Amino acid sequence: MATEVRTTPVVAAPRVRVRRSRPVPEGGRVNWGLTILVAIVSLIVILPLYFAIAMALKSPAQTGTGSGFNFPWPIQWGNFRAAWDLTDTPLAASMSLLITVIAVIGEILVSALAAWAIVRNWGHWQFRATFGYLMIALFIPFPVVALPQVKLMSAIGLANPFGVAILHILFNLAFNVLLFSAFIRGIPVELEESARLDGCTTWQTFRKVVLPLLAPISATVGIFAFLQSWNDFMMPNLITANPKFQTLPVVQYLFQDQFTTNINVAFASYLMALLPTLVAFLIAQRWVVSGIMRGSIK
Amino acid sequence: MTATSAPSRGGPGNPLGTLKKIFFPVAPAYLLMVIPAIALFTFFIIYPAIDGMFYSFTNYVGYGAWHSIGFANYKAAFSDPTIRDSYGFTLLFAVVACILTNVVALALAIALNAKIKWRSGLRTIFFMPMVLSGLVVSYVFTFIISTSVPVIAGVIHFAPLESNILANQHLAWLGVVFVASWVAIPGAIIIFLAGLTGIPTEVYEAASIDGASAWMKFRRMTFPLLFGFLVINTILTFKNFLNVYDIVVGLTGGGPGTATTSVAQTIFSGFFNGDYAYQMANAVIFFLVTLLFAIFQLSVIRRRGGGL
Repeated sequence: MATEVRTTPVVAAPRVRVRRSRPVPEGGRVNWGLTILVAIVSLIVILPLYFAIAMALKSPAQTGTGSGFNFPWPIQWGNFRAAWDLTDTPLAASMSLLITVIAVIGEILVSALAAWAIVRNWGHWQFRATFGYLMIALFIPFPVVALPQVKLMSAIGLANPFGVAILHILFNLAFNVLLFSAFIRGIPVELEESARLDGCTTWQTFRKVVLPLLAPISATVGIFAFLQSWNDFMMPNLITANPKFQTLPVVQYLFQDQFTTNINVAFASYLMALLPTLVAFLIAQRWVVSGIMRGSIK
Repeated sequence: MTATSAPSRGGPGNPLGTLKKIFFPVAPAYLLMVIPAIALFTFFIIYPAIDGMFYSFTNYVGYGAWHSIGFANYKAAFSDPTIRDSYGFTLLFAVVACILTNVVALALAIALNAKIKWRSGLRTIFFMPMVLSGLVVSYVFTFIISTSVPVIAGVIHFAPLESNILANQHLAWLGVVFVASWVAIPGAIIIFLAGLTGIPTEVYEAASIDGASAWMKFRRMTFPLLFGFLVINTILTFKNFLNVYDIVVGLTGGGPGTATTSVAQTIFSGFFNGDYAYQMANAVIFFLVTLLFAIFQLSVIRRRGGGL
């Protein structure tokens, strides 16, 4: 056994040294063939996005009967103004923002509190049962309960963006509690105990000691919540009764008939719905990717 | 905060402690953290689920009087071609899109983990679709597939795409598969990349020295080490694809005819035509189908030792 282990490094040593001596990042040769292949494949992502931008910046005459991929010149900024007025973009964007903010804060707080209480009282069967009970939701997709839920929400006066935000929080509760509790199990309980010795109440311990420690996993939950709530179409479309209070994606759906008369204005409107998350992603990419990785491994 | 201070447990010297323990097994603060969450969860999710299941055994139309009709809704649902076709489309779509998403994502993840130029920039490009609204993306693709692609196909004389495939009853589902995968692939790439970065490079160096080819390295090392991540991805993507709605609405509206009508769309039709109880029976069937898949997936994970 010992000899086997030793033989490999002995043979490996000279080769590895030769490789590492090259001044190429990460100790290897750049694979140009693969780079070109990947760059070509990336056109599948880039071209549709270019297309959306190009279409939003053209007049119907410039689109003509062509493929629509031609460069937009001269640029028609007026499409954005027209789309902005037609769909009342500021109102729709504020509805999207309202739902997203409530959902992000609500999902982090409600599930962090529940997960912490459950993990720290795992010795009591009541808390283990609570955990199992919440996990039921992992097996209930929204379409299954949509009909009675819409009925319920309109009966109690929550057929509005607040109702949508509440449902977002509760539908993701199971998954979020799962993420938080896996993370909390890795936090040494001694930190909390010493805080209590210093006179902290349970709430103060949570707020001053636990919540700051949960920052990485809270970011994960927050990113998932942001993307889901901002882009959701199914729930706001079914739950919110008044079309005036609809979110950005639903507004694109509601204006389909009016969009057919000027497809370029439609694309300007699509672009305004797509850009906020895209820009946010490009700014906070490192966070988003590591956050999603963390969520998937747990 | 002195984290290193001696962790002596809170002394049980309080005489009220014993009395308190009988009524509150834990500090009341803990109960306040859990009970409101459970109450809301029960009221907004569990109660509607039970309520809907109950009405699936009645002739309820969404309002007014009703009476029990036993399993009549279920019997009717099983022989309803609209419902049967929606399951056929949804399952076919979910299986094909799941395979396509995972194969492409695995290949791209390996490529994006290799020593290529502009690696972080290329990764950014491939991640972008993840943050976009599926519905709006579908509207963009609807125009590309129905108008731009036929024009381009006409120029290069590529007959299969010269007509709008979304208007073709037999091919429209392929458009849904393409766009749904386009949106889902980035998330799967990220999960595969998380797995790939966990594999130490020494393992590959050792294999190269032993003369392993690129294919052998993938077959014998990368794939087995990534298998757990493949299982996670399969479960996540398949679950999402079964609930497909946004992309169908944006791309085909369920058409042509009912060729691409998903189960979710069929259930939502219960808001109209007094089909509430009938579509609730469909929803319960759909729940059992998804549950069946979930149990199957869990048993696969268990059989592999649960070492995910």
